[in-house]
Amino acid sequence: MTALAALIRRDIRIALRVGGGALIGVLFFLTVTVLMPFAIGPDLPLLARLGPAILWLGALLASLLTLDRLFTADHEDGSLDLIVMGRTPLELACAAKALAHWLAAGVPLIVATPALGLLLNLDVTATSAVALTLLVGTPALTFTGMIGAALAVTLHRGGLLLAVLVLPLSIPVLIFGVAASQAAISGPLSFGTPFSILCALSLVSLVVGPFAAAASLRHGLD
Amino acid sequence: MTLIDLANPTKFLSLTARVLPWLAGATAILLLIGLYQAATAPDDYQQGATVKIMFIHVPNAWLSMFVWGVMSIAALGTLVWRHPLADVAAKAAAPIGAAFTFLALVTGALWGRPMWGTYWEWDARLTSVLILFLMYLGLMALWRAVDDPSRAARAAAVLTLVGALNLPIIKFSVDWWNTLHQPASVMRMGGTSLDKAFLIPLLVMAVGFSLLFVTLHIAAMRNEILRRRVRSLQMMQASQQAA
Repeated sequence: MTALAALIRRDIRIALRVGGGALIGVLFFLTVTVLMPFAIGPDLPLLARLGPAILWLGALLASLLTLDRLFTADHEDGSLDLIVMGRTPLELACAAKALAHWLAAGVPLIVATPALGLLLNLDVTATSAVALTLLVGTPALTFTGMIGAALAVTLHRGGLLLAVLVLPLSIPVLIFGVAASQAAISGPLSFGTPFSILCALSLVSLVVGPFAAAASLRHGLD
Repeated sequence: MTLIDLANPTKFLSLTARVLPWLAGATAILLLIGLYQAATAPDDYQQGATVKIMFIHVPNAWLSMFVWGVMSIAALGTLVWRHPLADVAAKAAAPIGAAFTFLALVTGALWGRPMWGTYWEWDARLTSVLILFLMYLGLMALWRAVDDPSRAARAAAVLTLVGALNLPIIKFSVDWWNTLHQPASVMRMGGTSLDKAFLIPLLVMAVGFSLLFVTLHIAAMRNEILRRRVRSLQMMQASQQAA
């Protein structure tokens, strides 16, 4: 337990300090959101209607951007080999790393959502709906993305491949995240149905992600 | 004759060399019968002659999912039993599965144009099959990204098993979301809703296409084994020259 806690604390500390790059994700999120009105035009009602989708896309791309760092840095300085060889089960270590990554890179995205919602003319209900779905949905993005990150780190030149492999797997999360936020804003569906499916997706990825990532790390590293 | 006997690539090559012509012949005969029956099948009272696209479209769609299932079993063979030919089977199946998925999408679009008035609709079934196609392409890219075949095999096996979670979503997408694509009509609770005049040619075509997959798959596996032999011969030659 202490080993996992130490791992989580270390990962968060690395991510938040210089060169960690976790907060770059928020900056990227902001940039994507700011780009949208330039592409769509400054039509506020239209932006309010597209708002949840824009925020979800931005969060998805931002979390994809930071995923690359989940294992690469540890692989480069050799600590990944120590984690693989350590006494802690690799599945748990992967889960701990993903949790730390989510705390350092995912939570800032959710915290930034209200400010970005303001830019997109979303009202309080809409913003809180998007923030709530992001809170429930981003763990699924992190834990499925971890599989791709583990595959990419064993490939040596898998950076671009990571996006190709992870994005199809994250489509269900995107669908139900946007569906739940839309339902909260305009109806006619109830918020509960897509929201509980989103929770289910997160729970499934919580189970599948660490095992798949640990398997590919174990097989891929020599 | 068990699965273990096939583990020896030489035995596999000699056995499949004998089986392959028969398989190819049976495929050709079944597809010919199926195409004849499909061509002579009556027109649908609603859809007219365009219903005949079904005899190509449905087997392709079935196989697009079936091939991923075969690859998932092969992935288990790679990761759990370490069967030496499992990764060859998985690698050989991916492009064939991608081709079936592509054909299902194209024939679906051609069928959708006269029936629904559109080539493409962002409907649950269509979208999930498109995602399946993207996953096939990603898997093929992953196979090519690694030089060492056995390492590529294990990475691809993990991804195949994760992707297999998508299969039930595709299968039941038409039942869960009530969208443009019609719900399942052949394999469903309470028996088929299809008339015999359509069902028999469809089943013949389905078996024919399945045999086509088996034939192509075995042929591709033979190619892959031979390709690996050439590769190891080249490696041996290179190391001899170096020494």
